[in-house]
Amino acid sequence: MQLDANNHERFIYHFDPEENDIEMATKNLEIYYGKNLAMQNADIQFKKNTITALIGPSGSGKSTYLRSLNRMNDGVATVKGQILYEGVNINQPGIDVYEVRRRIGMVFQRPNPFAKSIYDNVTFALQRRGVHDKKILDEVVETTLKQAAVWDQVKDSLHKSAQSLSGGQAQRVCIARALAVKPDVLLLDEPASALDPVSTSKLEQTLRELKPNYTIIIVTHNMQQAARLSDYTVFFNLGEAIEYNKTRKIFTRPKIQLTDDYVSGNFG
Amino acid sequence: MQNQKLAKQLFKKSKTARYERFGRLLCFSALVMIMAIVIGIIVFIATKGMSTFLKDHISVRDFFTGTLWNPGTKTPSGHAAVGALPMIVGSFLVTILAAIISTPFAIGTAVYMTEISPKRGAKILQPVTELLVGIPSVVYGFIGLSVVVPFVRNVFGGSGFGILSGTFVLFVMILPTIVSMTVDSLKSVPTYYRQASQALGATKWQTIWKVVLRAATPGILTAIVFGMARAFGEALAVQMVIGNASLMPHNLISPASTLTSVLTAGMGNTVMGSLQNDALWSLALVLLVMSLFFNLLVHFIGRKGAFSK
Repeated sequence: MQLDANNHERFIYHFDPEENDIEMATKNLEIYYGKNLAMQNADIQFKKNTITALIGPSGSGKSTYLRSLNRMNDGVATVKGQILYEGVNINQPGIDVYEVRRRIGMVFQRPNPFAKSIYDNVTFALQRRGVHDKKILDEVVETTLKQAAVWDQVKDSLHKSAQSLSGGQAQRVCIARALAVKPDVLLLDEPASALDPVSTSKLEQTLRELKPNYTIIIVTHNMQQAARLSDYTVFFNLGEAIEYNKTRKIFTRPKIQLTDDYVSGNFG
Repeated sequence: MQNQKLAKQLFKKSKTARYERFGRLLCFSALVMIMAIVIGIIVFIATKGMSTFLKDHISVRDFFTGTLWNPGTKTPSGHAAVGALPMIVGSFLVTILAAIISTPFAIGTAVYMTEISPKRGAKILQPVTELLVGIPSVVYGFIGLSVVVPFVRNVFGGSGFGILSGTFVLFVMILPTIVSMTVDSLKSVPTYYRQASQALGATKWQTIWKVVLRAATPGILTAIVFGMARAFGEALAVQMVIGNASLMPHNLISPASTLTSVLTAGMGNTVMGSLQNDALWSLALVLLVMSLFFNLLVHFIGRKGAFSK
């Protein structure tokens, strides 16, 4: 698939770096699967302690884009260009991807707890980093499960298998697991698509509560969710960012016709 | 009127319905035949094996604890010399030792084939392990006899025949079984386990060790048990290198025997219905019970370890 980049309009909002704290940004990003260019034209800045939603039809490249932000595309796709985290380009040789992924956590579409106890799930990453002090681990388990708003439901069954949890609880345990290593950025790839409406609204509440301390980037297919939850929204189509603006503006007065069509459901 | 006609049409057995019944009958009769054969084998071996105790009045205790095997004669202390303990110990020793040596090699190979270099694994290692399965056991025995036995003799001393040589031959023989089943169980670990672990900043090695292998543990245990079942039942190759002395093994390099090696060595030399013959059937019964036990074990592990999603 060769993308024709220049025959349509795009609008990408740019923050003034003097006045805004930019946590992450991408510049001249190009992502290839084999020889196929799957993603380009996505010079996007993510402001610290905000929630940014990535929306767009299936195959628009939003998940591919998200996965490259913490180098999860290593070995899957070729990523060219700059991925800036606190001003440092993390897409260059010599970067310790394990440290990158500690600082930039990720939660997946399907709740994916390990076949271990809830406690071992949450402390997995810490234990791999050599933290075995029970006092510290206990504390981390309690704080992160509270942050993920699932502590009350699981506090009596911390040593039971995490796979016996319901989808919504498992997803929040996965969020706690990602928070346990104290990341700065949280990437979420359609975290609510496997959940029922009640669990979804609880998850959204959790994310809102996390916002003051984390920069959250979330891929979603659910446009109401993007509108409810996010401060900024990027609309992707056919492997490029078409419009990036404040969520309110995207959903009320989009600058690009294509975005308007998509958010109002007249797409295609 | 109309309805009666319709009802008649609907109740008439059509050609397709007859075919359907015929097919079902065919499958069912195949099943019944296999069941009959299996039950027949079990009943036959059981009655034959039990006649040592029921007809020839050998005590079960003598059979399982006696250490002298020479059916038809008596031990110096007056008991019948049908002590199967040396063979039972020999069988278990070669089986367990072979499994202990094979398992780390098998897991290492399987991890390389699935996690580290799947392409090379599929291209080179897969055919190699499949080839190892296909080599006839007499060839393994022959190689054992002409390579392993002299090697053991030169390095560890003794005649070279014994448990150790049997273990080395079985190690190679059960390796492909354990490898291919471990590969299957590693492949069945969902990809999202690996992704989740890597997204948390775990290294590849940590992911393999702490997530993939842990999740695949039931499958790997099943693989080991299958390998052990194969080692326990292997006759020819073991018989060629173990020395076939029905003595209690005192060390790993003195000649010993297993249940299977005594069976293959003795079955041509006894008269049906004699004590010597019945004693061999008792050994066969022990083998059968053990293989049923291995099967049950596999069943039990498999039921405990299924993935929840």
